[in-house]
Amino acid sequence: MIRVQREDFDVGTELEKLAKGNPRIGGIASFIGLVRDMGGADRIDALTLEHYPGMTEKKLAEIEAEANRRWPLDASLIIHRHGRLEPGDRIVLVATASPHREAALAACHFLIDWLKTDAPFWKSEETPQGERWVAARSQDDEATRRWKQG
Amino acid sequence: MRILYFAWLRAKIGTAEEELELPSQVHDVNGLLQWLKSRGPGYAEALKNLKTVRVAVNQDYVGPEHEVHDSDEVAIFPPVTGG
Repeated sequence: MIRVQREDFDVGTELEKLAKGNPRIGGIASFIGLVRDMGGADRIDALTLEHYPGMTEKKLAEIEAEANRRWPLDASLIIHRHGRLEPGDRIVLVATASPHREAALAACHFLIDWLKTDAPFWKSEETPQGERWVAARSQDDEATRRWKQG
Repeated sequence: MRILYFAWLRAKIGTAEEELELPSQVHDVNGLLQWLKSRGPGYAEALKNLKTVRVAVNQDYVGPEHEVHDSDEVAIFPPVTGG
């Protein structure tokens, strides 16, 4: 399931819902992304996430479908927030559920790596020196490329 | 054609969205970007280095040779930085 929303989410509630009513599920893997208070050497007071309504949901659904093709998942969830967020705030939740841990852990790792390079979101940071757009990291491309080769 | 701009491309071009009629010589993404560059200093600045520009047609990533039509929704944006 995909959700793109401004509001915060409750991790416990979301993970509990994911496995509810499916006793086949033996494990849930999750990744929670938070706003850091540093960007390079600068303090970050806040960041704003912009997205492309329509394409963002479409790409996330494609990424989720690809994870389900590669691993035997019983459930999966991606929640990504947009709008203005402050250090410590949750940005993203990726969760995968499977009968065994290997598939859940690998699929969760795959989803967050792939999401970072393919889902249309852009971060702008508020620093004491003013506002600036975050540049894409080549390490992120490298992380996604590994999965494409694999 | 409906064209959407995001992040610093939107800021440099000065609009989030516009409706444009394609000139007859524009057939593909590369042609579209070259034509947009000629529309003003904001466009020229935003599209100066095409290595930092991504294009989606009808909400799918495409390369420079992808054909474009007046009925398409085209989005132009920098590499993504979500997650």
